[in-house]
Amino acid sequence: MQKDSLLPTGKGPRPPHPAQAQGGTRDGAAAGPWREPDPDAAISIRGLVKRYGTATAVDGLDLDIHRGEIFALLGPNGAGKTTTVEICEGFRRRDGGEVRVLGTDPAEASRRWKAQLGIVLQSGAGDSQLTCRELVRAEASYHADPRDPDEVLELVGLTEKADARGRLLSGGQRRRLDVALGIVGRPTLLFLDEPTTGFDPEARRQFWSLIRSLRDLGTTMLLTTHYLDEAEALADRVGVIAHGRLVEVAVPAALGGRGQAPAVVSWTEDGVRRTADTATPTAFVRELATRFPGEVPDLAVARPTLEDVYLRMIGHEQ
Amino acid sequence: MTTTTSRTDVVLPPLTRVYRSRASVELKEFFRQRESVVFTLLFPVILLGVFGAVLDYDIGAGVSFTQYFMAGIIAAGILGASLQNMAISIATERSDGTLKHLAGTPMPKSAYFIGKVVQVLAVTVLIIVVLLAVGGLAYGVPLPSGSDWVTFAWVAALGAAACTLLGIAVSSLARNGRSASAMVTPIALVLQFISGVFFQFSQVPTWMQTIASLFPLKWMAQGLRSVFLPDVLAAQEPAGSWELDRVALVLGLWCVAGLVLCVLTFRWQDR
Repeated sequence: MQKDSLLPTGKGPRPPHPAQAQGGTRDGAAAGPWREPDPDAAISIRGLVKRYGTATAVDGLDLDIHRGEIFALLGPNGAGKTTTVEICEGFRRRDGGEVRVLGTDPAEASRRWKAQLGIVLQSGAGDSQLTCRELVRAEASYHADPRDPDEVLELVGLTEKADARGRLLSGGQRRRLDVALGIVGRPTLLFLDEPTTGFDPEARRQFWSLIRSLRDLGTTMLLTTHYLDEAEALADRVGVIAHGRLVEVAVPAALGGRGQAPAVVSWTEDGVRRTADTATPTAFVRELATRFPGEVPDLAVARPTLEDVYLRMIGHEQ
Repeated sequence: MTTTTSRTDVVLPPLTRVYRSRASVELKEFFRQRESVVFTLLFPVILLGVFGAVLDYDIGAGVSFTQYFMAGIIAAGILGASLQNMAISIATERSDGTLKHLAGTPMPKSAYFIGKVVQVLAVTVLIIVVLLAVGGLAYGVPLPSGSDWVTFAWVAALGAAACTLLGIAVSSLARNGRSASAMVTPIALVLQFISGVFFQFSQVPTWMQTIASLFPLKWMAQGLRSVFLPDVLAAQEPAGSWELDRVALVLGLWCVAGLVLCVLTFRWQDR
């Protein structure tokens, strides 16, 4: 399965990537004309390819994430979310395509470049005998101008656990500690790979308000999640990834044509449940109202939820 | 496409600050973990107590086995503080994500290893001090004197360096801390039996002596015997002398081999 989206070779001072050295140009695997990666974007990806043996995990993915936005990457397990994110973080090497993160190729990661990132890994930050405060302080020492560790603990709601050892925290507290470690260096760009897995609903709400306050401070965030309500609540834009390709990028309210999708009006008439699809639900309901003396029994107007749209998109892809 | 748009005004902290921070992290990680303190620090002391009480016989020239054992148990203590400790702790940190997390921070990679070296140094010195104190106070083992201290220092330092590097290399072979422990503990135990720690080396069959001579522990113990035993007992050694030049050579070679293995095998994340 050779569906590489490859750059022509010899594009600049950087030596050609091994996959590019095979020669050839883009074969149109990804939609749209070829564009250079946008150096001003927080993250700019063109024709990204990653293979594991014979399996292609990422298959010609294009994506731009603007500075200051929260971008949520959605997709089923194995779709290529974590692979894409870990290539952007500099943990994995790509087999083809171009990536710029804060203007730098992650394959040439330097300490200065890493100092601008905050990374919350799916696997967390590991076990420790140190207390939360000690861990955040140690992390702060890797940066020249870190946030105040106690303020960071307060921000993630771990002030009461500041003197508890990392390994004695609950799952949700651990994850908040991971986030504390990710933000203490004042990152320009924060990666959050499934940050709320294992949270109870209340902890998730608290986490959301933390993320919003970070956005207000101007932090760009790339979030991967399985929770569609989370993407809808937090993200400025959502990207759906399936089979290593980006299926669609949109604001949550418009994903999958959600904004224009027909509404479903349902009510009960003569003891029978009735439904109707309509593009003009307001007019439909006004008309409906004239047929009943008072309230329309069991009236409901629904648009497809993000989950409906998402399941249709990945179902379609599969 | 160039990377000219990346920021060049990002400031990094002074290296010394990061090194100090990592050293402090590593010391806390070790001394707060009960298993590592008991296993690495207390175990050699307990063995010294048991062997000193049970095997208090004369090995010649009026020297008790306890005095002979002092050299061996210090060598075994250094092995535990360096090779076993590094293999287990680094394998654990690799499998639980600690290393991967660190690799994603601007921490210089050297700081991680500096922290580990400080940990090994602190634990090694502490083991030696406690063993010398217990041996001297409970069993009357005399402290080294004069130039023996110099030999003591370089044998311990060179042995700890070789075993630290080997431990870092071995950590890459294990899937996690538990499998590293399962792998390295029996090997260390067998080496201790055939390298002249628990028995006099001269009583070990020749073929076992040959195997033991391939590994650093035998040479550490031999070098330390030159520190703790009167020179007349050098006649009991296989070569009839302490062979200090050999000790330096073999431990030095293991340092080089260990360093090469580390560079070739070290990984910041699980495969």
